[in-house]
Amino acid sequence: MATNSIAAAVPAAGIDERQHSIITKGKVKSRIHCTDDSLAGAVSQRACVYCGARVVLNPVTDAVHLVHGPIGCATYTWDIRGSLSSGPEMYRQSFSTDLRERDIIFGGERKLAACIDEVVEKYRPPAVFVYSTCVVGVIGDDIVAVCRAASERHGTDVIPVESTGFISGNKVVGYRAAAEALMRLIRPKEGEIVEPSRKVNLLGEYNLGGEKWLVERYLRELGIECNVAFTGDSTVAALKQAPGACLNLVQCTGSMHWVAMSLEREFGTPFVDINFFGAENTAESLRRIAAFFEDEEMAARAEALIERETNRIAPVLASYREKLAGKRAAIYVGGAFKAVALIRQLKDLGMEVALAGTQTGKQEEYDRIGDLLDEGTVIIDDANPSEIERFLLETGVDVMAGGVKERVLAYKLGIGFVDHNHDRKNCLAGFDGAVRFAHEVWVAACSPVWRHLRPARETD
Amino acid sequence: MEAVTATREARQVNENQCQHCMPLGGVIAFKGIEGAMVLVHGSQGCSTYMRLANIEHFNEPVDIASSSLNEKQTIYGGEANLCRALDNVFRVYRPRVLGILTTCLAETIGEDLQRIVGQYRQERDLGGAEIVPVETPSYAGSHTEGYWAATRAVIAHFARPTPKHGRVNVIVPHISPADIREIRRILELMGVEHTLLPDYSMTLDQPYGGPYRKIAPGGTGTEAIGAMPGAPCTIQFGTTCPDDLSPGRYLEQEHGVPLLNLPLPIGLENTDRLIEALRQHGGRPVPEVLTRERGWLLDGMADAHTINAEGRPVIFGEPELVLALSGLCAENGAFPVVIASGTHSSRLAEGLAPMLAEGDRPPALLEAPDFAAIEEAAGAAGANIAVGHSGGKFLTERHGIPLVRVGYPIHDRIGGQRILSAGYGGTLAFLDRFSNQLLETKYATYRDLRRQEFMD
Repeated sequence: MATNSIAAAVPAAGIDERQHSIITKGKVKSRIHCTDDSLAGAVSQRACVYCGARVVLNPVTDAVHLVHGPIGCATYTWDIRGSLSSGPEMYRQSFSTDLRERDIIFGGERKLAACIDEVVEKYRPPAVFVYSTCVVGVIGDDIVAVCRAASERHGTDVIPVESTGFISGNKVVGYRAAAEALMRLIRPKEGEIVEPSRKVNLLGEYNLGGEKWLVERYLRELGIECNVAFTGDSTVAALKQAPGACLNLVQCTGSMHWVAMSLEREFGTPFVDINFFGAENTAESLRRIAAFFEDEEMAARAEALIERETNRIAPVLASYREKLAGKRAAIYVGGAFKAVALIRQLKDLGMEVALAGTQTGKQEEYDRIGDLLDEGTVIIDDANPSEIERFLLETGVDVMAGGVKERVLAYKLGIGFVDHNHDRKNCLAGFDGAVRFAHEVWVAACSPVWRHLRPARETD
Repeated sequence: MEAVTATREARQVNENQCQHCMPLGGVIAFKGIEGAMVLVHGSQGCSTYMRLANIEHFNEPVDIASSSLNEKQTIYGGEANLCRALDNVFRVYRPRVLGILTTCLAETIGEDLQRIVGQYRQERDLGGAEIVPVETPSYAGSHTEGYWAATRAVIAHFARPTPKHGRVNVIVPHISPADIREIRRILELMGVEHTLLPDYSMTLDQPYGGPYRKIAPGGTGTEAIGAMPGAPCTIQFGTTCPDDLSPGRYLEQEHGVPLLNLPLPIGLENTDRLIEALRQHGGRPVPEVLTRERGWLLDGMADAHTINAEGRPVIFGEPELVLALSGLCAENGAFPVVIASGTHSSRLAEGLAPMLAEGDRPPALLEAPDFAAIEEAAGAAGANIAVGHSGGKFLTERHGIPLVRVGYPIHDRIGGQRILSAGYGGTLAFLDRFSNQLLETKYATYRDLRRQEFMD
């Protein structure tokens, strides 16, 4: 760009290249611009390939997660997720090869091999995931070869995760790197046989706040046993049994669609999309699962569960609906799966969604989001703080749902906030999760603190 | 007394990190400059991670731009992306100062930042705004070094030969906004005119109210930084800062400003040293209010000395803070059993020696350890209380050693930005937190312990 006088009278928050990534439903006929690389200098809320890969694999509880790179990449991701374990705690450790200047110059392969040897010797883990980071990609360490040699040396799975950060700022690319690592781990080796079963796998369920355990309880009531979740509260041994499942239930589609398709292609396992966020979605999902099994008794058990739970939570939800009627909400989250679930839940609470956006949504997903929203709603892809600030104030919302980075900004603008991030500690899935979500929205939107903070609401 | 020094050099792998990466420290330093915005030259993830870490600690919006390098630019060079990023940041944020921090990626692909920025400056009309590039590759040091490097670069960029004036330069290490405010209050009470750098006491702890500004008001003004060479002296709380990164040393070498390196005014003796230095450098006699605060601290030290004597602290974090907190614990009879700083380039050992001389046993001194090493040393030394940042949570979770939170990051408690430990008042506040933690453990366990001792 050759323009002079950078600080010319361009309205704040206005970067020309961003205008096609923001649409207002009803006003604009063209589709939203998305899935591009983030614009330099726009303060995107996105992360990196490594981040995406780590999110997906981190909940594998008994694996060692070894980050091959300088110290920071590991520090930033040490035990920051809310995935719970029923046993092993290895996944909460943060291992780094801690690359230094001399490693950058002479290559980090030997150090990586030494680090693998050390962790294997100290902990004897069933598997080691080795993540590559930006620098490793540039200096050209062959982590695949180092991992292969280490696997042979120790007779344990040492799985490379090719997550060099700079390939994209889009976590989705990292999801794919993680998916490939998972397939590498679970593909039966020669001579290994995984017995087929009537169990199901739960894909894209990370057991945040124990959500996997709740879904498992529902499935058990239907008469279905859960084989393993990808990857909430999973172990390496359990993951290796994944090919034996008769069905894959896909919860977070963004991170797990590719795995579901790979499992179908390689092992012939069909998959069904499900969504356990919100009462409506939960009921629909249970019916869909029962329908797959073509078992009338199971269908009856599903209906009984849905009726019992729906009736149980109805009065509580109704009381929240009364308190929240007419309140306005904004949503800015990582993936479209979560955005869709949140829109449905907020609308079910009688609220209006005035702003919705994601970091990584795809065109079809934005179409689906658009279908759920009313005319005049602002839809935004890969938003930055300045845009979020502008639209939060313009739309005059009472509450925002999103991640940590949005929380502090919302508070500065006098707007309530609901945490729907990966580090949350509460279970927001299923029928009880719908009640807890309603409670959290009420706390955020109607807290007495806003009485003192809102009069000051203004901006420059 | 001789400290037992152990490092984790025997091991290659780092297990549970005690430090952040270099550009993160640079970000915090730039947030202490008035009208400043920062841009991290590297891949998108770096800036997002640094934002997250800072937001969770300070509970404030911390915007950090990125040049968002992708695969193509990594191969062919990131100049175009960097320039576009600069354009966009100037447009949206309109900073007066834009700090650029490099990452390991940018450094490894060999980006010539000085040339790129030089050319950018020639091509654009920045309306008086300044760009300050700093090299902070993650593999070259921790956030502590990044903080000093950026602070030094800011001074090198703005400092101009200035006629002598009376304002003392005060350079603070990475401490809490509350501690910066307390240091400023002491300077004011002592009547010492000063330029305090970097001052993120407001920018990273902004009071609520008024219009929201993308760049929070506050910070050290660039004019004042420009005039630092005319100061009568520099007081730098940086006794562990290596000379090649030392902002105070730079002012001394380039502009002849005498440097007085002091420990942080945390602890009685350390605070006394600051007050004495201020008195000597043209301050007024110690005002009644400080004498009273000192008296309250002495009173508190007497009240709690038998409790504190039971403390066997493991202290970890950034070297300057670790040095001061070790002194505070030692002067109260809670002699540290493990002292660990998250960086290599510290002069911690020499600073520690005199203050620990009275202890009955030498502490284990760990340089640039990971938490696996700290946990091991704490277990071996029988530590019963930890002092440091949230990274020490496993000491509590797995070894039952309670953690008195101080330093950076505090991400599992609220109010990291408000933790006050500086000055007589702050020292007493810290001491109360420390003593009460020991008491909490005592009351929770003493009945069972005595029963086990005599009944079982």
